[in-house]
Amino acid sequence: MRVELTVNGAIHGVDVEPRTTLLDALRDNLGLTGAHAGCEHGVCGACTVLCDGAAVRSCLMFAVQADGIAITTIEGVTPGPGELSILQDAFCETHGMQCGYCTPAMILAAHALLTNNPAPSRGDIVDAISGNICRCTGYAQIVDAIALAAERIRGVNRPPEAGA
Amino acid sequence: MSEAPRTFRFVSSDRRVREDRRFVVGKGRFAADIAVPGLRHVALVTCPYPAARIVGIDKTAALAMPGVHYVLDGRELAAATLPLAAGLDTPHVPRRPLAVDIARYAGEWVVAVVADTRALAEDAAERVKISYERLPFVLDAEDALKSDAPLVHAGHGSNVLLDRTFVWGEVERDFAESPRHLSLRVKWGRSSTVPIETFAVAASWDPWREMLDVWASIQMPKYPDQTATALKLPASSVRVHYDVDVGGSYGVKRGIKHTVLVGYLTKRLGFPVRLIEDRLENMRGGDAHGPERLFDVDVAFDDTGVIRSMRMRALDNVGAYAGRSPFQLGKPVGAIVGPYRIRSVQYRAIAVTSNKTVQEAVRAFGQSPTNYAIERIIEEVANSLGLDRLEARRRNLIRKEEFPYLIPSGSTYDSGDYHTVIDKVLAHADYGALVAERDRLRAGGMLAGIGLATCLEPSGGNSSFEPLLNPKNTTTTWMDSCRISVDATGAITATMHTASAGQGHETLVGTVVGETLELDPERIRVVRPDSLSALPSNSPVGSRMAVMLGGAAFHAARKLREKLVAIASHDLGVPLERAHYREGGVFDRDAPERRLGWMDLVTVAHRNFHKLPPDMEPGLSVSHVMQVPTGGALPTADGRVQMYPCFSFEFHLILMAIDPELGKPEIRRYVVGHDCGTVINPKIVHGMTMGGIAHGIGAALYEEFAYDDEGQLLAQSFMDYLLPSSHEVPPVEIVHHVTPSPHTVFGQKGSGESGYLGAPAAIASAINDALKPLGISVNTLPIKVSLLGDMIAAAREKIGEPQGVE
Repeated sequence: MRVELTVNGAIHGVDVEPRTTLLDALRDNLGLTGAHAGCEHGVCGACTVLCDGAAVRSCLMFAVQADGIAITTIEGVTPGPGELSILQDAFCETHGMQCGYCTPAMILAAHALLTNNPAPSRGDIVDAISGNICRCTGYAQIVDAIALAAERIRGVNRPPEAGA
Repeated sequence: MSEAPRTFRFVSSDRRVREDRRFVVGKGRFAADIAVPGLRHVALVTCPYPAARIVGIDKTAALAMPGVHYVLDGRELAAATLPLAAGLDTPHVPRRPLAVDIARYAGEWVVAVVADTRALAEDAAERVKISYERLPFVLDAEDALKSDAPLVHAGHGSNVLLDRTFVWGEVERDFAESPRHLSLRVKWGRSSTVPIETFAVAASWDPWREMLDVWASIQMPKYPDQTATALKLPASSVRVHYDVDVGGSYGVKRGIKHTVLVGYLTKRLGFPVRLIEDRLENMRGGDAHGPERLFDVDVAFDDTGVIRSMRMRALDNVGAYAGRSPFQLGKPVGAIVGPYRIRSVQYRAIAVTSNKTVQEAVRAFGQSPTNYAIERIIEEVANSLGLDRLEARRRNLIRKEEFPYLIPSGSTYDSGDYHTVIDKVLAHADYGALVAERDRLRAGGMLAGIGLATCLEPSGGNSSFEPLLNPKNTTTTWMDSCRISVDATGAITATMHTASAGQGHETLVGTVVGETLELDPERIRVVRPDSLSALPSNSPVGSRMAVMLGGAAFHAARKLREKLVAIASHDLGVPLERAHYREGGVFDRDAPERRLGWMDLVTVAHRNFHKLPPDMEPGLSVSHVMQVPTGGALPTADGRVQMYPCFSFEFHLILMAIDPELGKPEIRRYVVGHDCGTVINPKIVHGMTMGGIAHGIGAALYEEFAYDDEGQLLAQSFMDYLLPSSHEVPPVEIVHHVTPSPHTVFGQKGSGESGYLGAPAAIASAINDALKPLGISVNTLPIKVSLLGDMIAAAREKIGEPQGVE
């Protein structure tokens, strides 16, 4: 069936089966492979995207449910070719990853946090990423990255939408 | 062999990891991201029973579905391929991608369905009708040893794959002469590394070029060779693409059966075929479980707690087939006494088959369970003497002045300063205050304990456990390689010849080449040629890449420097010993104005043959294939061998609090002292250590592939198999120490495994210290909340301690 997906500000008409997950539609129909399948049962969080700004597991949502929702993927928070957002740069600065598989989802979860809470405590950060499993890092450098990004965003005195 | 200077420009500096840029924007290139035109998809039909004869397979309904292309069974596949390689000499334990006539564990692949989409393939898989005749099965390793046990492989004649006893030193005499003996049984439960990316492989056969292209999420030595052999192809017809990012592995991403399956299918069907495990296929039939090991340990020691001798029996349940995993009983031989001065050892290693999922290599390759066993017994030695656990360790630790130190099993430890690392950790943590905090918690009604653990991380592996445990195997090298090319524009490209799973190898190569050439590492492009363009590599296993790939990159860069110096010397008419290399140029030491810059040298090499020294090859391309330092010898008849060149050390210190009503353990403080020699990239080593500890916390407290009595795997999703989240991993403080290795170019050692080597033992130590007031101890891992809660309740009831309100 035909569904209109609003992804990263552009509207895409795609033909999907009713059972097609949003994750599969993003990856297979739109070629947005930054969202990853990890468990496909809503635990690991590797498929996280933003739906109207909230971090959502795209493996638990059908593509047809996403009609009319503003979806943001990792590709949508990257400022431009060769450029990094403040959050993305902070993840590089602290090496908040290893294999990179959970990373786009982590960054989107962090993006959702910083949009609502520009000055999170470490506890807030730990809470915000607790639905995203990272098997490589033990989370320390991820928490550091988000804290660093929050500090930098506050420093530039602009809302995270503009740069994070 | 070290010639490098000990002050560094780029090595050890806190530089960014170059791989990170692509990952933060979602531009990693994982196997599932690679779009091969015309790709079809595989789903699997698996056996629901732990042991069953396959009586009939009805493919009709599945094949009748539109979009379904093929239904493959084990007999057809077996007729066209050879069995998968096994590490041990066990010809009657054949392992194949799909079961042939008999399935040997619940979840084993029986049939593969190929369809236009994965969803359609799953639909069709449900319509394949397989009839089974159930067979007797065995799950427990000790049951598998019994004479009347059902045989997993009747043709093999028993369930024993390996039963080898080594005696190193005067064990009998040392036991006889020691006034004290102690025995302990400990168990390491079945868990694994469970990467967030499951195994994925796509293969495409071109029958005109006779070429099989493979894109896979692999971390496996000899992967192209084994794939080719099983498919009866020359390895020159298998092109494995190493420029695929691997979404975590930590040992398990071997995927050989997956690859042979899709390799056969693409050849048979004439279009590209992909298999991506779903999480259930991964956990049940992906053949990626870790060790499940029972230890019986006896030690002989004196009245001061000094251990003279150890007998260890390790019984490992490797599951239904023999892959490489029984070798995981071999690696611990390389550090069988841990960091301790135990002068004689008897080690019996037994691997048995059972009707459980097949075991695969897991981080530290069997050393982590063994380290847990050693650390448990040393605490029991301390307890038996009323000796402080820290003091018992100190008395047994190898001392700094004793390095290089030969252990009974034939490995010489390169370097270390264990006492200093421990002292630094204790000072950092304010150990006295930590003990006081434990006591304060206890006084407040909590159970609280201090956890201590040491661990050694052997690194730079040369795979000597292969000839050690399989006499037909004569492996004495486990090389790795690097090629550096400078093109005619002066740009530098270095190569590596394996995939990576997050270890930052491109950064490693760039840093080492930049360091050696005295050029900004950002100028060094690092690429991964495919397997047909590659130099030899044995993949990033055994904490070996800092030593081996770092070493190969260093030596290749040295060759390049030497060539540049020779060119300049000839062209400037300066004696070789006066030609001095600095930052890409070469000058006359006595007349520095006589100088050739980088582009001058590049131009001579690429365009001016008439200016080159006689007999020099034109161009600027060098390579180095590196042998493992200290490697090269076969084991002696009594099983002594230098198994690894380098040995890192860690000391873990934990404060744990346990709510006595809930049995829920909470890590209040975690400090680790870490010495992996010269650190090449601090961010990477930091991450490896933290990640290893998180992984160890999982293995110690949460993760288990448990089976019920009917042979069904109970943990089949992330709802049952609990991976530590950010809530379960506490902040960890790292205390660094550097004892360079004399065997490596910068003094580096491996660092990928030590967190996982020490954390389980440290957590067990903390919990046992916490339980001590109740007079109980726990000698199995994982120590789940439910187990701990029940043990505490039973013990409190026994001693008449008041319980909480029910």
